[in-house]
Amino acid sequence: MSRRTAFAIQFAVTLLACAFLLVPAILSILAGVTVNYFQGILASGVTLKWVGQVWELYSDTIWRSMGIAFGCLIITAIIGIPAAYGLNRFPGRLSRIVEEFVSLPLSIPGLALALALLQLYGTIKGFRLSFWFILVGHVLYTLPFMIRSVLAVFSTIDLQSLEEGAASLGASSWQRFKDIALPNAWPGILAGALTVVTLSIGEFNLTWMLHTPLTKTLPVGLADSYASMRLEIASAYTLVFFVMIVPLLAAMLWASNRAQSIGKPS
Amino acid sequence: MFVFLCFLPLLIFSLAFLALPLVRLVSASVGGEQGWLIYAEIVSNPRYMQSLLDTVLVSLAVTIAAVLIATTAALFLTHNRFPGRSVLIASLTFPLAFPGVVIGFLIILLGGRQGLVNTISSNIFDTRIVFAYSMIGLFFGYLYFSIPRVLLTVMATAEKLDPALVEAARSLGAAPLQVLRDVTLPGLAPALIASGAIAFATAMGAFGTAFTLATNIDVLPMVIYTEFTLSANIAMASALSVLLGLVTWALLMFARSLTGTSIAASG
Repeated sequence: MSRRTAFAIQFAVTLLACAFLLVPAILSILAGVTVNYFQGILASGVTLKWVGQVWELYSDTIWRSMGIAFGCLIITAIIGIPAAYGLNRFPGRLSRIVEEFVSLPLSIPGLALALALLQLYGTIKGFRLSFWFILVGHVLYTLPFMIRSVLAVFSTIDLQSLEEGAASLGASSWQRFKDIALPNAWPGILAGALTVVTLSIGEFNLTWMLHTPLTKTLPVGLADSYASMRLEIASAYTLVFFVMIVPLLAAMLWASNRAQSIGKPS
Repeated sequence: MFVFLCFLPLLIFSLAFLALPLVRLVSASVGGEQGWLIYAEIVSNPRYMQSLLDTVLVSLAVTIAAVLIATTAALFLTHNRFPGRSVLIASLTFPLAFPGVVIGFLIILLGGRQGLVNTISSNIFDTRIVFAYSMIGLFFGYLYFSIPRVLLTVMATAEKLDPALVEAARSLGAAPLQVLRDVTLPGLAPALIASGAIAFATAMGAFGTAFTLATNIDVLPMVIYTEFTLSANIAMASALSVLLGLVTWALLMFARSLTGTSIAASG
């Protein structure tokens, strides 16, 4: 096989893969702004009325998802940043085990975690019926990303020397954490924060099991609309989701690359 | 003392919402009248074993297809610089954060009754092609969310490979396929195995896509869901969850031991 044939095959496979991913997404976006999908966009025309209807029917799920994502960010930051700092200070066997353990939600399917949470806390009605129940699930799932993202940055900088210098000048443990560790970890915190928010907004597996009719999130509302609404409304709702998630994802990938390039010559 | 305080929030949260619920899940699985024998019942029940087999087969097929396609694209995008390259990379990674339900819907738009493929085939060839509501639809759905994950892992490794090795092999007269087989692929091996394991484990545990496509696709997560919600068979749903969790966890541990990376097992 010549180099030219090899190039042609590789190029064709790449383009086909792009088409496979892009075409259904484009279909969905078009369907969301088409007056009547079965007549086609050219015959029936373009409209924003479906997006308007989505807003009337489902705006509560959008606000709730944003609220839960924000809450998730705050809680994962409060739990995850100090934990990453501690894990970096004691890089021993015990730390490895702790890290492995809190990372379990990455490798256990959300369905299994949700069943576990439901069986232990499902009978505590005040908790079960509130959005806190979903928030706990989201924190469980996103926390490992915050911890790893911050830990990855800590492990590339010589935090120990910086802290020793500060300690010799009389800085307390808290001051060293606040004034040295936190500012240095900022790229990792940013990357972790964007990952947490992106994943929280898109989370379905856990949320579907944990939600109640009064605590629907955006992806739960989407599943609901796919089952019961006309195709144009389901598509318009998906369009709203794309508009939220794609910029977040782009920011997340940018911040992750930036955090990973720390300590390397650019 | 201060460092202990740093761990405190993590310890409280993980104990209350991870350790205890998991213990409860295992104890609920053996809480029925059969006790631990419930795990023997799974093995002897043809329906559960069939669904386990189907889940493994569809996950395996997706893994092989995703690794082949994404590796080809990753190598192409790593080795060639051209205008529009970043657009191609963006369009191969944007579905990364899509939940399984959305991907199920996209597959219906592609291969459903009113889908693009059926519209084209009915109009031009006068034959109906509907594949969304079956294992084939599930295969394409899982492929949809596996390609971006595998691509990112393989590209990250491919960019670190020393281009001088490929040049050396070429200057010694190796054909493109020989270079691929003897130089590039061995260098990529850890990334290929790791991303393959991630794709496989994600497909094994995915729920949203099957949920959107059809309720009669009997992959393991769907069986767990119906056991829990429709049959209210809590012990069996818990036992199957424990089994599924152990399989995906073991696979991802294996994958991480090879590369030290992990990408979310969402969907």
